[in-house]
Amino acid sequence: MRNFAYARAANAEQAVAAAARGAAIIAGGTEFLNWMRLGIADADKVVDISGIDQLRDIALDANGIRIGALATLNQIGESEIVRTSAPVLAEACLKAASAQLRNRATIGGNILQKTRCPYFRAEAPGANAMPWPCNKRVAGSGCAAKDSRYPRLALFGWNDACVATQPSDPAVALAALDAMIEVVGPDGRRSISMTEFHLSQQDAAKAHPDRKDVAAIESRLRPSELIESFRVPVDAASRCSAYIKVRERESYEYAMVSAAGALELNGGRIRTVRMALGSVAQKPWRLTQAEAALRGQPFEASALDRALGAALSAARPLPGNEFKVQLARNAARQALLIAGGANG
Amino acid sequence: MSTLNFADSVTTRLQLNGKSTSVDHEARVSLLDLLRERLQLTGTKKGCNEGACGACTVLVDGQRVNACMTLAASCDGRDVRTIEGLAGSDGVLHAVQQAFIDEDAFQCGYCTPGQIVSAVACVQEGHTRSAAEIAEWMSGNLCRCAAYPQIVAAVQQAAKRAKG
Repeated sequence: MRNFAYARAANAEQAVAAAARGAAIIAGGTEFLNWMRLGIADADKVVDISGIDQLRDIALDANGIRIGALATLNQIGESEIVRTSAPVLAEACLKAASAQLRNRATIGGNILQKTRCPYFRAEAPGANAMPWPCNKRVAGSGCAAKDSRYPRLALFGWNDACVATQPSDPAVALAALDAMIEVVGPDGRRSISMTEFHLSQQDAAKAHPDRKDVAAIESRLRPSELIESFRVPVDAASRCSAYIKVRERESYEYAMVSAAGALELNGGRIRTVRMALGSVAQKPWRLTQAEAALRGQPFEASALDRALGAALSAARPLPGNEFKVQLARNAARQALLIAGGANG
Repeated sequence: MSTLNFADSVTTRLQLNGKSTSVDHEARVSLLDLLRERLQLTGTKKGCNEGACGACTVLVDGQRVNACMTLAASCDGRDVRTIEGLAGSDGVLHAVQQAFIDEDAFQCGYCTPGQIVSAVACVQEGHTRSAAEIAEWMSGNLCRCAAYPQIVAAVQQAAKRAKG
């Protein structure tokens, strides 16, 4: 990794001003240092925001839970407020990474992590050093993953340029909770809905028709904007919520698929339901059609299967990941059964 | 608002294993490389250098972290404890070190410093209520000799002793 110039920001405004002049932002560093080592990032200036204490708090108020961007995954996972008011988020945080990474990794950095596609993650410092095509790394070079039969590729939202998935666990929970992200930039503050924050490859192509490097654009966060906090609304469904992570080893592994479910029942029928799938697209994949179909339905496995089956019929699996369609359906069903207090 | 001063070289002051230490170094240096290459504390091991193996686990302000994924500059003013700082000054081993010997919880030993430091934190955190809980909270430390059952037994033993 090349050397860089370093400075510590005392507040968000300082960090944004530095970012506007080209500095990269580091918080916990568990993603950024890997980007620098692999050649995904090549910053000559780095601004450290990890000392901005006011971005670290978790608090409950009339509008729900406010979580500072620098709260660590362990801090959120062990927070009594989060465990009680939105257990799906606590579970997703504690099922991410390992105990020691979760002490460094921040929630703001976590949702900004890039895909774990191994073609993208090639160690190739320098623009001409890539051993295979990857449109995210070198615009227009092609996609080596699409025909690779690698299973951790997208089921939804992909295009011929890129088939990668967003690997964050907390992002899936935050999408199912209808969380809002508060960001600050050179032009001030704005809020972005968690369901709109990440872009599928198709979303990105639509939003940026003229950009040659569109495969590298994964969110609506603008350059030099900084995530300050997350707002998580608390309701009856958020309190009855659960996260299911399916993976090849039981711990310390990225998801093959995951599902977040939040559910409010009324006399054995579903009053409110929100759910999102993880690791099936370049964004948490909300199942809004299935949610609408389930409102008012009896809380039974057969009703869940019907709605989820219809939702998953829209999946576009790639060679080698067809099995993830059924896996995703089962994970979503399990998450809802657990959220609703059934054993699954 | 003042403009930040960016510098290629930084000074990092640590309370390292109980002693005040100050090092000038390039900004890019990880806590792991600072410990091993500049401070000669080679007990902390470099395994994967990408946060995947846990061999470099150290305590920063009492919390276990991967030293390879931690920028040394971001530790300025903090308390850092490594495997070298666990035993008493009289040479008496830390309870977790002794438990690893008693339970034969290693073979080649490469992952052991990271395992032990991680286990010290695991016991302090109280994530030791069952073998399954220990396995989950120790999963960030890989052991390619697969001494996992003995490691879990050592953590259980140390937790029991810590409760007294």
